[in-house]
Formats: sequence, C-alpha cells, structure tokens
Amino acid sequence: MSTGDFIFTGLGHAYLKDNWIFRNYRGEAVRGQVLALLGPNGSGKTTLLKILLGALTPSEGSVNIQGQVAFVPQLFQVAFDYTALDMVLMGRAKKVGLFSQPTPADEEAAINALERMGIGHMAYRPFHEMSGGQRQLVIFARALVAEADILILDEPTSALDLKNQNGILEWIDRLARRENLTVIFSTHHPHHAYAVADQALLMLGENDFESGPVGDVLTEKNLLQLYGLPLKRLTFDYEDLNVETLVPVFRNCKRRKAN
Amino acid sequence: MTEAAGKEKRKKSGRWREWSARSQSLLRFIRDFNSRNSLAMPLFLTGAMFAAIIGSICIGPYPMSIFRAGHIVFNLSLPWPLPGDLPWPLKELTVIQVIRLPRVLLATVAGIGLGLSGTALQGMMRNPLVGPDLVGVSSGAAMGGVLAIMMDWSPATVVCLAFIGGLAAMGGTFWLAGAAGKSDGIGLVVSGIFVGAFCLSCVGLGVFLANDGQLHNIVFWLLGTMIHATPETVWLVGIPTLVGGAVLMLLRWRLNLLSLGNVDAFALGVQTKGLRLGVITIVSLIIAAQVSVTGIIGWVGLVIPHLGRMLVGPDHRKLLPASACLGGLFVLLIDDFTRVILRSDVPTGVLTALIGTPFICYLFWKKQTKGWSSD
Repeated sequence: MSTGDFIFTGLGHAYLKDNWIFRNYRGEAVRGQVLALLGPNGSGKTTLLKILLGALTPSEGSVNIQGQVAFVPQLFQVAFDYTALDMVLMGRAKKVGLFSQPTPADEEAAINALERMGIGHMAYRPFHEMSGGQRQLVIFARALVAEADILILDEPTSALDLKNQNGILEWIDRLARRENLTVIFSTHHPHHAYAVADQALLMLGENDFESGPVGDVLTEKNLLQLYGLPLKRLTFDYEDLNVETLVPVFRNCKRRKAN
Repeated sequence: MTEAAGKEKRKKSGRWREWSARSQSLLRFIRDFNSRNSLAMPLFLTGAMFAAIIGSICIGPYPMSIFRAGHIVFNLSLPWPLPGDLPWPLKELTVIQVIRLPRVLLATVAGIGLGLSGTALQGMMRNPLVGPDLVGVSSGAAMGGVLAIMMDWSPATVVCLAFIGGLAAMGGTFWLAGAAGKSDGIGLVVSGIFVGAFCLSCVGLGVFLANDGQLHNIVFWLLGTMIHATPETVWLVGIPTLVGGAVLMLLRWRLNLLSLGNVDAFALGVQTKGLRLGVITIVSLIIAAQVSVTGIIGWVGLVIPHLGRMLVGPDHRKLLPASACLGGLFVLLIDDFTRVILRSDVPTGVLTALIGTPFICYLFWKKQTKGWSSD
C-alpha cells in the first residue's frame, strides 16, 4: 500500500453488546479515487466514518489507512465567530507544537489554501456570515492546509441548494483528480455518488453490503433493496455530453402518469 | 395609549436603536483596528491595568501622590531595605505595605484568574454560558471555608481548609466523571454540577447551624470580599494564577481547536481528552486558590470573556490575554469603588453580580436577535 491508500476488512461495530450496527464490512480505495458510502438513515454511515477517522475504535475488524486524514463534518457549526482564515489555520494543528502558536508561514499557507479554493478574498470574513457552500470550501481549504492525503466528508451536500451541491461535487472531483487526494464521502444521493465516485459501499443491513466499482454496485436492484424505492439508470445526450445518471421513481406521488 | 405617549415611546425606541447602532459600529471599529494592529489592544489593556494598579494604590481615605506611592512600592520591591532613615512617615509606609498594596494586588490577581478561567472554560466547552464555578471547585472551597469558620479556627486555617475543599471537590468531580466513563468536557461539567450541589448543601447546613458571629463571617466570606488581603494571601492566589495562567497562555491557540468539538478537533490531530483534562485541572487550581482567600466572586468569569470577545474577537490567541487584563481591571475597579467611594466593605461578589447580571441579560437579548456569535 502507498500513501493515500486505505483498506478496511471484517469491520464491525456495536455501541451496545451484540447490538451490531454493521459487521464484516469491507472496502478499499487507492490514492486519487473517490469512495461513496450510501445507506439509509441509521445504517451507521457516520459511525463508519468516525472509525475510518480513528475517532472511534471498531468492535471488530481492521482499518489500514496510509497517510494523513482530514475530516469535513456534516452541517458545520462553530460556537464562536472565527474568521475563515482562523478556521483554515486550524488545519495546521499537527504542524504546530502543543505550546506553540502558528507562525506567519502557517498563516501564509492558510491564505494560499483559501486562494486555491477561490475564496482568498473572504479570508477575513466571519465564518458565520458565509453561505453553506462557502463554509464547505473553507473546510476543504483547511484539509489542503493540513496537507492531508485522505479527505473524509460526512454528507457534504446535505444542507445545500442545487447550485452549491454542484460546486461541492466539482470540488470533490477536482481534489481527487488534480490534487490527488483520496476522498471518502457519505451521501443520501445515489446520483451524486454516480457522478463523482469511483468506488461505492452500499450499507444494506447488519451483515449485508455491496462494495466495489460504482458501475457494478449502484445497480437498480441494489438501490431498490437499499431504499425500498425504484431508481432508474438513465443514459441520454446533453449538448456534447453522454450523461449516465440515476433517477428515483416516486410511484405514488401526485404527478405520476399512468400508461 | 394617547398619541403623545405613543410618540414619546417611539422617540425613546428610536434613540435606543440609534445608541445600539452607534455602540455596534464603535465595537466593529475597535475590532477592525485590532485586527490590523495586533499589538495595540493587548498593550492598551495591559497599560490600563497597570495604570489602575498604580492609581488604586494612591487613592483611599489616606490619599498620597503617585511619586510617594511609587517610591514606597519601589523600596518595598527591593530585596533589601534602603540604608538610612526612611524619607516618608511610617504611617504612609504602613498604609501601603499592610493595607493597600496587598488588597490591590489581591483584587487584580483574583480578577486575572477569573477572566482566564472563564475564557478557557467557555472555549473548551464551546459554550458561552459556562463560568468557572461550574466545575464544582468554588462550592468545594466554600464548604471547606465554612467548616473552618464553624469551628472558630483562625483566618489562616479558613484559607487552608477552603483550598483543600476546592481541591477535594475537583478530585471528586474527576472521580465521578471517570467512574461514569464520561471524563470528557461535558461529563466533567455535569459531575462538577453534582459535586457543587452537594458542597452547597453542606454550606447551607453550616449556615443553618452557625451562631450569630459565625453567620456574619460565613455570609461575608461567601459573598466575596478582599478584606483578607495580606502579603501571604496574595502569594497564595498569585502563584497558582500566574503559573497556571502562563500555561493557559501557551495553550491559547489550542483552545480554538477545542472549541470545534471533539470529533473535529481529534481529526485535526488534537489529543482532546488529555488537553481538556489539563485545562480543567489548571482552572480548578486557580479557582480553588482564589475562592479560598476572597470567597466566591460570581459573574466575572462569565461576563469578562464576552467583553473580551467584543473588543478583540473570538480568537483565543488575543482573547485570553485580553480577558486576563479585563478581569484584573474589572475586579480592581469594583474593589476601588467599595473602598474609596462607598467607604464600606460591601462584598465584592455582590457588586460584580449587580453589574454582571444586567450585562448578561443584555447579551441574552442580543442572542435572541443576533446570536452569541455577534459578540
């Protein structure tokens, strides 16, 4: 394994004895790939991410992660009104000694990271006053400044409008392909996983999962089992693109059209 | 309501809004200025605190010039006395050496400790409504002090027993949190609340059983006062405050990281558990020392961090030094007010509460309209 690769095998966790959330899960990705975790609410996505992050010890199984890991939490809220620069600077925590303060070089690295994300002009803007999409970019910049090899994101598009969802997906794609980071993200949107991920892990149940390349895993059959809702895989041309995506079928809603 | 009364009400409400907008723009100007000149505010606050210390030594029922007071303090700070006769009356020397200097220094270090502790705890707990008395130490110290007063022991024993009570409460808090498997930040605070409640029950029992003389002492001590200032008590409060304060100052950027929450701080590479434990231990030592001498001085540790955030923003690299200076300045000025203007020993804790509660009410009102972050 080289830096940026990770693999987990036989992974299982139970908060209470014998009350398993998941067992025997397996997944892997190599540097520069995107892995999407999909599962219904309560299936243990956040628990799995915490285990991969090292913040939680799994009840069984092993995780082998090579390199530095950075985390982008869901619905990021801070208790105090730090500026975007303050937030990004915190990414240098591993490089600043316990009793030391960040140096001007650390501040410069933080400003550079913000500029790479295209929000350098917002460095001194209070984090609270930024939109959801801008906040996600600040947290991405924090991952860059930490010089992380693996980026873990917990439902990064959950609270965003379509425009910002698109912006975040483009950034996930760019961080993996251009910055050569390994990205793991959880999502409730199979079409997001289909758009950017190379690998997918479907959390179907306690002992049941599907893991592998997106094309093999995100099948109509698997998704029906996962969500109890049919999802149609569609292919169509849009301008000069050949688009392949997943569309949910809300069978019992008002605007259905009978044959 | 008549039309005239309505007009008057609207006029008043307009004036209030205008005043509020002006104060907001002034605070914004100060924060902007401070972000451009990172040394300006720390220098100003430190200067203000030292100016207040010097001024406080000069004023009182027996006023003296700044030069005379400075000369005496300089002489006292030398490790050996100056040769020859003293160039000032013994009365002036006594006023400064025995009464004013210990009291002024005690008020300042107590305020510094409270400002530092409140800021560190609020940052660490990610909660702007946390004060240093929440970890149970104040109540434990109060219990120890009340026990000594009940036994009619000497003032020195009151201080010792209060300090031991504070440390015992801290130990109890850590033990309870550990036994419950919740030795993280919130677990410690909850344990602190339980231990504090138990200690306060013991204090209540002591108050109930005390005779008139003891009751007066207990009440006075519990309300917070600087009358026990002596060179020894100044050292007792000063050493933990300065040593603990110095460590907190070194950890001040880490408080920013802790304020992100456990998972996020851990992901950034912070050993959250050890760091939280370290910060709470330091805060407990500072508060135990302070309460053992001055009694409980409430609201300072809660209010001062907010005042600091208004002036320098939430970054603990600037906030912690600012809170230390503001805390020292605030308690010193309150004590000056009781000593010089009221000319009576109204307990310091009563005045800090009288000022602190309206201020926190104002912040609460602002939170409802703009959020805590708009400090």
